[in-house]
Amino acid sequence: MATLLEVRNLEAFYGQTQALHGIDFSLEDGGITTLLGANGAGKTTTLRAICGMITTSGEVNFAGTPVMGRKTEDIVRQGIAHVPEGRGTFDRITTEENLRLGAYTRRDSAAVAEDMETVFSYFPRLRERRNQQAGTMSGGEQQMLAVGRALMLRPRLMLLDEPSFGLAPLIVQELFEILRTINREQNVSMLLVEQNASLALSLADHAYLLETGRVVMSGTSEEIASDESVRQAYLGY
Amino acid sequence: MDLFLQQLFGGLATGAIYASIALAVVMIYQAIDHFNFAQGEMAMFSTFIAWQLLDWGFPYWAAFFACIVISFLGGVAIERIVFKPIHNAPVLSHIIVFIALFSIFNSVAGFIWDYTIKAYPSPFPSETPFETTLIGMHQLGMIAIVLAMLGAIYVFFRFTSVGLAMRAAAANPVSARLVGVSVDWMLALGWGLAAAIGAVAGMLIAPIVFLEPNMMLGILLYGFAGAVVGGLTSPGGAVVGGFLVGVIENLASLVPFIGSELKLTVALVLIVGVLLVRPFGLFGRVVVNRV
Repeated sequence: MATLLEVRNLEAFYGQTQALHGIDFSLEDGGITTLLGANGAGKTTTLRAICGMITTSGEVNFAGTPVMGRKTEDIVRQGIAHVPEGRGTFDRITTEENLRLGAYTRRDSAAVAEDMETVFSYFPRLRERRNQQAGTMSGGEQQMLAVGRALMLRPRLMLLDEPSFGLAPLIVQELFEILRTINREQNVSMLLVEQNASLALSLADHAYLLETGRVVMSGTSEEIASDESVRQAYLGY
Repeated sequence: MDLFLQQLFGGLATGAIYASIALAVVMIYQAIDHFNFAQGEMAMFSTFIAWQLLDWGFPYWAAFFACIVISFLGGVAIERIVFKPIHNAPVLSHIIVFIALFSIFNSVAGFIWDYTIKAYPSPFPSETPFETTLIGMHQLGMIAIVLAMLGAIYVFFRFTSVGLAMRAAAANPVSARLVGVSVDWMLALGWGLAAAIGAVAGMLIAPIVFLEPNMMLGILLYGFAGAVVGGLTSPGGAVVGGFLVGVIENLASLVPFIGSELKLTVALVLIVGVLLVRPFGLFGRVVVNRV
């Protein structure tokens, strides 16, 4: 399979503190890759670096094009949709306006309207709430809105930052099933960051393990899941 | 009764101008969280540009619309040149720059066009077609133009994707970038719109207060009062606040012990009173969030 995203020697700093010490990984077109690791391992930083939200050094190639050093809004236009930590909901506007914003860079209004229907078919609850102020919805609904908003870009790659955070287990299960469906039906590749390692490994096909800003292990999800040390440290059995 | 109605309509007419200034102030406040103290001087400068165009022989409406376009571009330029570099600077830096802009516009206008009072024409006939002395034709025209402008702005923000993007950029810049909105340009666009709104207000009030570099001082204060009364988080509220301040100001002058001497004080009392009772304004909302 072709490589969609390639990251080489990625370094990032927050002031004096180095958060990433030269990270390398790649992601196959159509695949789901997860970055695992404890708090502060550099997972969120990696996603932010790919989107140009922080200054970094190294190389990031997306579909063969270098995107490092470009503005966030230009990288997004290449087809990378970021579902940020904390969901990034536009609180004071409606659900539907949030979704319309997701398609801001697109000019094909007929297809945008179709995609809005597609999002509503994945998340029927968003259709019920389409005229509700987004900030007043529950956490699960806002997370669904965040994924739906990302989908409105018609992205090739979706960056998902802790989508399970703060959600009830049943909602998480529902959400991850929909993510799997989206990956298959819409051919959207995904880069998933999760603290819940077993959940992430159940969805992803490849995994990288980060520790204090370095990749310490990589492989298919089965390989990682069956590794003795990972099992003890991250899966807890 | 006639006197009361006359003052009421007069209040609505000047209120339309306060509403425009209040709206311009709120638009910039929403985007960068600061009061633009130079808003009035920018409007004054725009009016001088229109006056210059008229002096060169342009027809009224050509000068009117040319001035709006020039002001829009000027507003965009101010954001790109002056405010973009200090975007992350502390509040005090912004305030200093606002004061600098204020005195630059004021003194440059005085330098180019000098401080003598100039008459500025009204596009409307001096007599009303109706049999009434309650409201002048220029006042009616002011209200109509401002209402048309407000309607256009409402449609722009409510129904166009750029308007939606501007609201998103002001509310949540990080997320706005993540959906591909160029937040920097949205800020510049906001400045351009605010400058254009101010230009309309300046050109409409100039026939009444006459054109000179200090003409907008009092008006800016009333505009601020309107913005605070209506609520700094609510553009619609700021507009209503502007109209309210205009009417209250005019009706208060009918009260014997206030008269026209204490009119300006009324605006200040309003600001302080509203801040004491409803700090977020009459229409400003306290944002409700579930987490």
